[in-house]
This record gives sequence, C-alpha cells and structure tokens, in this order.
Amino acid sequence: MQIKESPTVYDAIIVGSGAGGGMSTKVLADAGLKVAVVESGPYFDPADPKQQTQLKWPYESPRRGAGTTRVFGEWDMAYGGFEIEGQPYTQKDGTKFEWYRSQMLGGRTNHWGRISLRFGPKDFKHKDVDGLGENWPISYDDVKPYYDKVDKLIGVFGTKEGLPNDPDGFFLPPPKPRLHELYYIQGARKSNIPVIPGRLSMLTKKINNDRGVCFYCGQCSRSCQVYADFSAGSCLIFPAQKNGGQVDLYVNSMVREVTTNAEGKATGVSYINKEDRKEYQLKGKVVVLAASACSSARILLNSKSPQHPNGLGNSSNVVGKYLHDSTGSSRAGFIPGLMNRKVSYNEDGVGGMHVYSPWWLDNKNLDFPRGYHIEVWGGMGMPNYGFGFNPNEFNKFFGLPTGGYGESLRADVKKYYGSVLGFGGRGEAIARKDNYCEIDPTVVDEFGIPVLRFHYKWSDYERLQAKHMQETFDELIHNMGGEVLGDTPTKENDYGLHNPGNIIHEVGTTRMGDNPKTSVTNEYQQLHDCNNVFVTDAGPFVSQADKNCTWTILALSWRASEYIVEQLKQQNI
Amino acid sequence: MDRRKSIKSIILGSVAGGLVVHGCKPEAGSAEAELGALKTDEHYFGRTQEELELIEELNAKQFFSAHELETITVLSNLILPPNEKGGIAEAGVPEFIEFMAKDMQDLQTTMRGGLMWLDHKTNTEFGTEFKTTPAEHQKQVLDTIAFYDAKMPMDEHPLEIQFFSLMRNLTLTGYYTSRIGIEDLGYKGNMPNVWDGVPQDVLDQHGMAYDEEWVAKCVDQSKRGVIAEWDDEGNLLT
Repeated sequence: MQIKESPTVYDAIIVGSGAGGGMSTKVLADAGLKVAVVESGPYFDPADPKQQTQLKWPYESPRRGAGTTRVFGEWDMAYGGFEIEGQPYTQKDGTKFEWYRSQMLGGRTNHWGRISLRFGPKDFKHKDVDGLGENWPISYDDVKPYYDKVDKLIGVFGTKEGLPNDPDGFFLPPPKPRLHELYYIQGARKSNIPVIPGRLSMLTKKINNDRGVCFYCGQCSRSCQVYADFSAGSCLIFPAQKNGGQVDLYVNSMVREVTTNAEGKATGVSYINKEDRKEYQLKGKVVVLAASACSSARILLNSKSPQHPNGLGNSSNVVGKYLHDSTGSSRAGFIPGLMNRKVSYNEDGVGGMHVYSPWWLDNKNLDFPRGYHIEVWGGMGMPNYGFGFNPNEFNKFFGLPTGGYGESLRADVKKYYGSVLGFGGRGEAIARKDNYCEIDPTVVDEFGIPVLRFHYKWSDYERLQAKHMQETFDELIHNMGGEVLGDTPTKENDYGLHNPGNIIHEVGTTRMGDNPKTSVTNEYQQLHDCNNVFVTDAGPFVSQADKNCTWTILALSWRASEYIVEQLKQQNI
Repeated sequence: MDRRKSIKSIILGSVAGGLVVHGCKPEAGSAEAELGALKTDEHYFGRTQEELELIEELNAKQFFSAHELETITVLSNLILPPNEKGGIAEAGVPEFIEFMAKDMQDLQTTMRGGLMWLDHKTNTEFGTEFKTTPAEHQKQVLDTIAFYDAKMPMDEHPLEIQFFSLMRNLTLTGYYTSRIGIEDLGYKGNMPNVWDGVPQDVLDQHGMAYDEEWVAKCVDQSKRGVIAEWDDEGNLLT
C-alpha cells in the first residue's frame, strides 16, 4: 500500500478542531495563512437539522434519552465517550484512568459545561506558595490580554467581584438564580461560603451579528443551533471560513504521526482516512497539535525517527508525564423545602449553573494543598430515561413505605419533582511525574496506530481534598434543611474521589518550561526539540488550578498562534 | 421539500406572546425575531448513521412474546392507571419496554423471569394466568412484591421485588417521557423563552426573595438584543 501524498504545502497543519485547534485555526487563517485542519471525526454543525439534538423531546427516540450509545444520554452532543469501539487504551498497575474522547468537528466543546474561568495570578506560580509542583514560565499578566480578547470574541457571562485569584473579565450580564440556587445561596451563607454568579460562555446578550442570543432551553450540552454557546466549530472555525480564510477541513482523518526530514524538522503529518482506511500525507511548514492532551502526546510518542528516536519532542522523556485531571467528588441532597413545587413556569435557564462558589479558604489552615470550586445543579428538568425511577424513595425520610403502585405514584412524582439539589466539587490535583500516559507496545487500534497506556494514582493530597468536599456538601445540605442522599463516602472509597480522567480535564502531558531537560515546550508551546511543531491543547499546562481548563486553552492557543504568525513572517521557522 | 416546522407557533405562547399582548411586533433582527426563526425538523432526532442502524436492528427483532407483552400491558396499567389525559397505551409504554429489553440486554432475565413468576403465582393461587386474573386478585399478588426496604440495596431483595421495581421504573419513565406524561407532569420547558427569574408567587410560596444587589448585576432582558460593548475596565456599556 502506497502512502498518498498531497502536493499542497500548507502554512500550517492543525491536528484537532476543539478549543485549542479551533482557536489556532481562527488566528492563523485570519492572518492569511493557508491551513489544513485534520479532525478524526465527522463534520458537525449544530445548525444542521439532521445532527441536532437541541429541542428534541424524549419521545422522539425509542429509548427516551437513555445513554446506551452516548454515555451522558443520547441527546448529548459528543460523538465518542470513555470507550470507543476499535480504539482501545490500556492501564498499568491497577490504574483506572478514564479517557473521554469526542471525535467530531469542534471536539468536546460541543457538549462541555461552558464553565469559563480564568486562572488567577497564584495559579501560575503556585509552587511559590506551597512548594509543590512547578511554576509556569509565564504569569497571569502574560495571559491576561488574551483572556480579555477571548472574553470579547467568544462571550462569557459573569460579574466583577474583585477576587484576588479569580480575575474578572469582560463579562456579559448573568441570568438570575433559579429557585434551587436561591436555596443554595441561603445555605452557603450560613457557612460563610461565598456564592457568586456563574461564569459560563453563553450569550445572554448579543455579541455580534453572526451569533444568536441564548433562548434558555438549558441544553448547551446539545450544542446550540443559533451559536449562543461556545463551541469551537460555530464560534471559531466557521467564522474563520466566513472571513475568507483558506481553511481546508480534513474530517474522519486520524493522524498517525508527525513526519520529519533529515534535519529533524517537521514536514507534515500522516493520517488514516477512516472512510477508505488508507494512509495519506499532508505537507506543511508548521504542525500544530491540538488533538487533546493525551492524543497529542500519543502522536508525538508515535513520531519516531532517526533524528527523534524517543519520539518527537521527547529528548527530555517528559512527553506524557505530569498528566493530571481535576479532582472531583459529588453529592446530592433531598431538600424538603423544594417539595410540592409549582410547575407554572419554565426554569430551564442556561445549560449550567447560574451561581457557584469559587475556592474560599486558605490552605495554610487545612490538611491538603490547593482548592476546589463548587458547582450546583437541580431544578425541574425535562424528563428523560431514568425520570420516575423509585418515585417515592424519599418517603423513607418521613417513615412512609417505599414502592407500591397505582394512582398514588402520580402524586408522589409531582410531590418530589425538583426537590433534589446536587454538588460537584472540582479541584486542583498536584501534577506528578509518575502520573503519565505512554505507548503500549503490545496494542494497536483498528488503524494500526499504537495506543496509549495510562498510569495514574491519586495521592493523599487529592483524597483529603475530596474528604473536605464531602464534609462541606454535608454541611450545605443540612443548612438547607435537607437530607443527604446515599452513604457518605469514606477513606475506603477515597471519599468519593472520581477516577482520574473522569472530570475530562486532561492536562499536562507536554508541559511548558524554560528548561528543555524538564519540559517539552517553551512558553509559546513550541517544542524545544523541533521548532516548527507547536501544541495548543491543554498538554502544555504546568498545573490545572481549581478552575476548568477551556478558557486558558483558548487564551494560550491564541498567544501561541500569534507567535506562529510572527515567526513565519520573520522566517524563523 | 422543506418539511421543517417553525417554532414560531410555540413561542407565540411565551416570549413573543407577551409582545403580542402589548401590541408590539418583534423588530426585524431583534432577539425575539430570531427566536421566531428557529427551526427544528421532526424527521430527525440527532442520530448518527451507526446509531440509526442499531435502532433499526433492534426494531427488527422481537424479544417478548405476545403473551408477555399482554402481561406487561396489564401490569403497567395497574402500576399507573390511566387518567383523563390517557395512560400507558397512549404513552407507548409497552413498546418502550420491548425496546429497552433489547437495548439493555442485562434487563432481560429479570423481566422475563419475573413475568413467569407472576403467572406461576396466580396459577398456583387462583388457577389463572396473571393477565386474566381478576384485578382484585392481581392486586393481592402485587401487594406482596410492590414494596421494598429503602435501607437495603435493591439487588439484595428477592427477585420478584426487584422485578416489580424494575417494571415500576420502566412504566413511570416510559409514561413521563411521553407527550402526555410530560403534559401531566406540567413541565414547561424545552422551548425558546426568556428567563427573567423565579415568579413572585413561587418566591412567596418558598419564603424566598431576590437580593437587590445581586439582581442589579443580572441581565436586563430588554437589552439582550443590543450588541455588547465595554469600556477598557470591562464595564458593560450597553
């Protein structure tokens, strides 16, 4: 089988079309460069009625929304999941890393929670505070101008609060809290836990003439047909094309490796076309990897050549190392005050929390490092598969029988509708060298590409943080007059700490730094070992912060992409 | 060719409705006019080709026998009797349960075994299959399996209780995810609207109130269609 080469030489080949790749596409194409975007999944546009799940009713599907084919339910707008047929990954030493992949134009941005938090000044230099992990080679001031630009380009609602490590931005106004969120505010204040309006990238107000305004269906996880939420396709790639950018999309194209020449410089990529299962090559002056932190590490490790025998960019042996996900521990409570609700109004709101609690404590007084923020959910949501299960389970709190049948069940369902409120604690793990992904030499995927093997263990830093989350959630639920649901997680089950990877904030596998011996890229996300290859996903993150990673991926990708334009102009690469 | 259905008619009951009452028309290019232009196509429900093929494959198979389906229908009607809006049949519950048995195959043995248990029980006690047993006797049997101990994990309960719990769950979820079930529940969402806070009567019912300082920072929905502009400090000007 002969590898098919394309005669075109692109200025840049961008691998992946999510937040990082989307932003690189926009910045490079707007600068007039000719770019190829190579995406492993199909084309996707949330405005296409054939692909839309937004505003569908559960009865439009025979399985009523059950998660048989999509792990977050069949209306979730990500093609992929923790398991993808034909594309396995393996584990080492009893590790349970859960790797979520979304293979489609826009990647995971089509379904994500849109929680859009800037990292704060302390987050870039946290080693200075507690001696753990590593400092970033850049500071908040280096990134701030890009956060500002991202806010204005994409849109995020929030409020100016003047908090030292949760910087304000250029915010759209937030929506008013929903009823369960008013309960939360009241409960949190009893424990002196601050609550502020959420910071999410949905347009509560018009931002330009190309995108619509939120119409409050609460379904951002289904990707918005009027582009009122941030998805990389609708907010970055389509606008880049509309601006007249030279953007060639290669969809259903699974990149195998970065190709290099005798000088060790990148010449392009090779990929498998999923439709004809043949291997192709694209040529480019620059290669930008944005396939997700783990996928980009995999491509680099699989790009072995006489010049780069340990994989591309891996002379330091750091590619794949320092993999870390946010910590996560969750809890829900039954709130009797939210029983017997009036169903007279639509409270779908935006697809996420209208209020949240940023990290509020000083770790000096605690037995774990780093913080977490609290996400809140609840309300009278649309029924889907699972609604009505154990309809009178909460009878147990009133000493009443559970189960039964007949007309009384109808009353039970209405009585308890909207009476559950839940929390997700999302915090910062310490990046460690011995948490990593590497190539498993014994397994390939259906395209013949060697797959990743994970090794990731939590430490007591993360476990004790999860313990604190659980104690806080207990207290909050009791403050609201509620009953905690399920057994309180204990030491034996890591205080409910989710498996690593489960929060879907994989970062750190190609971390940036000034020293080529201990880092993979420089501060512009350029490989130390190969100056025409960049990584603009979350791989270069040195640490995660108690924030979500997307807004920082976007800001850093913008910064790195401007640098690429400049370096190409100066003919340095 | 264009079989899309405009949502305009739906939102006339909500967003635009308020405007109609006040005698205003949504301005061209306004946020309200954009909502009116929203479209869905009821011929699609967002499935990929592979997902559609899986559904077709499952639909081509039949898991339950005619007798089993009749028993499921009788049982589901006992679990949730119809009201003036309709019931199990109108909600498509038996078809839904048939589909789920094929879609989630690990449910099959519990369901099929449980149905056999029901027939065995009524045959033993009354000499009839469950579905033809008089309602009074059917209920006598159900009374022995319909309640569970909430302090104990479900999989530690006797099979017949697990079976009934599963059938109750599928019956209720099938009903409340149907058109009539959603209407019966009273859920008002899944359509374009403008969220402007919890209605006053609901706040009053729960003894809640909005913090004035908080609300002052929230979106002024009359200006949602005006393009955002800020000063250099990030203060919204529009």
